Amino acid sequence: MSSMTLAPIDYAILIVYFGFVLGIGYMLKRHVRTSADFFISGRSIPAWVAGLAFLSANLGAQEVVGMAASGAKYGIATAHFYWVGAIPAMIFVGVFMMPFYYGSRARSVPEYLKLRFDEKTRGFNAISFAAMTVFSSGISLYAMGRLLELLLGWDFNFSILVSALIVLAYIFLGGLTSAIYNEVLQFFLIVLGFTPLVYIGLRDAGGWDGVVSRLAVTATQRGYPEGAWTHAWAYLGSPSSNPMGVEWFGLAMGLGFVLSFGYWCTDFLVVQRAMAADSMSAARRTPLIAAVPKMLFPVLVIVPGMIAMGLTSQPGESGFTLPMRADGTLDYDMTIPLMLGHYFPSGMLGLGLTALMASFMSGMAGNVTAFNTVWTYDIYQSYLKPQASDRHYLLMGRWTTVVGILISVAAAYVASMFNNIMDLLQLVFAFVNAPLFATFLLGMFWRRATGHGAFFGLVAGTLGAALHHGLTVPIHAATLVKGGWIAYLLNGAPQHVYPSEMAQNFWTAIYAWTACFVVTILVSLATRQAKSDQELTGLVSSLTPRLANEDLVWYHRPERLAMVVLAGLVLLNIIFW
Amino acid sequence: MGLDIRVPIGIMFAIIGAMLVIFGAVSDPAIYARSLGLNLNLWWGAALLVFAAVMLGLARRAGAGRKPSADASGR
Repeated sequence: MSSMTLAPIDYAILIVYFGFVLGIGYMLKRHVRTSADFFISGRSIPAWVAGLAFLSANLGAQEVVGMAASGAKYGIATAHFYWVGAIPAMIFVGVFMMPFYYGSRARSVPEYLKLRFDEKTRGFNAISFAAMTVFSSGISLYAMGRLLELLLGWDFNFSILVSALIVLAYIFLGGLTSAIYNEVLQFFLIVLGFTPLVYIGLRDAGGWDGVVSRLAVTATQRGYPEGAWTHAWAYLGSPSSNPMGVEWFGLAMGLGFVLSFGYWCTDFLVVQRAMAADSMSAARRTPLIAAVPKMLFPVLVIVPGMIAMGLTSQPGESGFTLPMRADGTLDYDMTIPLMLGHYFPSGMLGLGLTALMASFMSGMAGNVTAFNTVWTYDIYQSYLKPQASDRHYLLMGRWTTVVGILISVAAAYVASMFNNIMDLLQLVFAFVNAPLFATFLLGMFWRRATGHGAFFGLVAGTLGAALHHGLTVPIHAATLVKGGWIAYLLNGAPQHVYPSEMAQNFWTAIYAWTACFVVTILVSLATRQAKSDQELTGLVSSLTPRLANEDLVWYHRPERLAMVVLAGLVLLNIIFW
Repeated sequence: MGLDIRVPIGIMFAIIGAMLVIFGAVSDPAIYARSLGLNLNLWWGAALLVFAAVMLGLARRAGAGRKPSADASGR
């Protein structure tokens, strides 16, 4: 693996960025006077800022790097993760769910569950989310340390320590607002850092037509139809006609519905940014505003992958190709770093690298702010020390940030010791996330859903996910982390084989969601509704007054904005059919 | 929350843009062989400066607009 060498100008750009990140945190310190300021920005964030933060919080560098790798491996169909796999859910959470999240004045997603259902439902969600999110933060840190070590030869421990300290500093000082502002900064860095890469790559490959014709060669070489890399829907009729190994139903229901709604509608990491908005209208518009750049991001992150893949079949004038690993497979994961190193001169290289580091760090910061809120409000204040002063909780929040960062660093080291830890974490995340949307859907739109129903539904959904995973295995699976472990533990147990890991993920999600949905309904019908109608006002659709939209401008009205976003989505899917 | 994020963003990209433009102007043209002959630093640095100007312009317009209309929270 060739290392990149950085010139002084590259380091200078990086230092300017760090300076601003810390400076913003420092300037926000005096605005943080209450725990509400620290954890939820005092609900004062303008819609456009919250919207960009909503998007950026989700956009870790692993996604940027991973999506480019997927773009090389699967072509434009990867865009489904941004299109059908995100936009409908973002529209739904903004238009239909934010009134309950924001209107309930809940300070976190688990708190909404307590208000709507009961303590044990809140506890289940709070504890699983807190653990998952802080470990995700550690994984981000680990991935960044590894990448910098590989690419630049920087000491792993040094990278981890410096990043952890910088993130700690700016969150400790400015809380959620600091994290949000830095997420907006990250957004612009990514856009401005990667746009030239797409431009140069396209130029090298002979424009979009050049990419298409090269990918036709790639596809036929691998036994797929010519257009398999450049069409998003046309080859999803069967798993064997597209490199992803999925068919449209599994994709639409598994990714488009369960996984995507399960994440965008319930994950506190993103919902927290919308909850911090300065008004109900702003909160509802936050996911919609985020949806616009989200739809266009495939150009920035997926297209480079496709260009790299095309150039590997047929190099352009600069001779760039993806390297091959010892086992004969292409090294997709290094697509973005290699392209940056290949095309960017010193100066631009510094900007590109800063953009990558910014995404790793803000991904980590997002996780830590979500963690310290859930810990302080949903675990500490609920179970450990309920009647303390606001100052006490503010102090607790700051120190939880320190602890959260320490746990992240520890998790990063654990990840470096165990190969499969990342896969394991993804797995557990999927088990816990997939059923959640069923719980919220029923909670917000069915008055009869009870606390017992919600809790047992969640348990059933999580167990259902684990069961499905244990009984199925993707083709070519090498370890038990990929599935099929029930057959391993109990000789003779059945085992279904899926054509790809992605297909297995989608179907695990579908089964988990269904289990949760059915069990929640059955148990709710069998148990008493413990909450009075008055307690549920503002938490359930049928008991909440309809909102009147005072604003006349179309882009200030959530429903109108949603329709425009939806139209844009349909258009993109038609263009890349 | 008291700090318009457009200001630091504008200033940061103005600084980085200026750094890239200056570097692009004085650097050895040979380093641009890899970017297919284009002096990316000069061109994109200029683009960043334009972006920074837009950000700062929007921030100034928002700041000026806020004064006549009374801000109820007094922030």
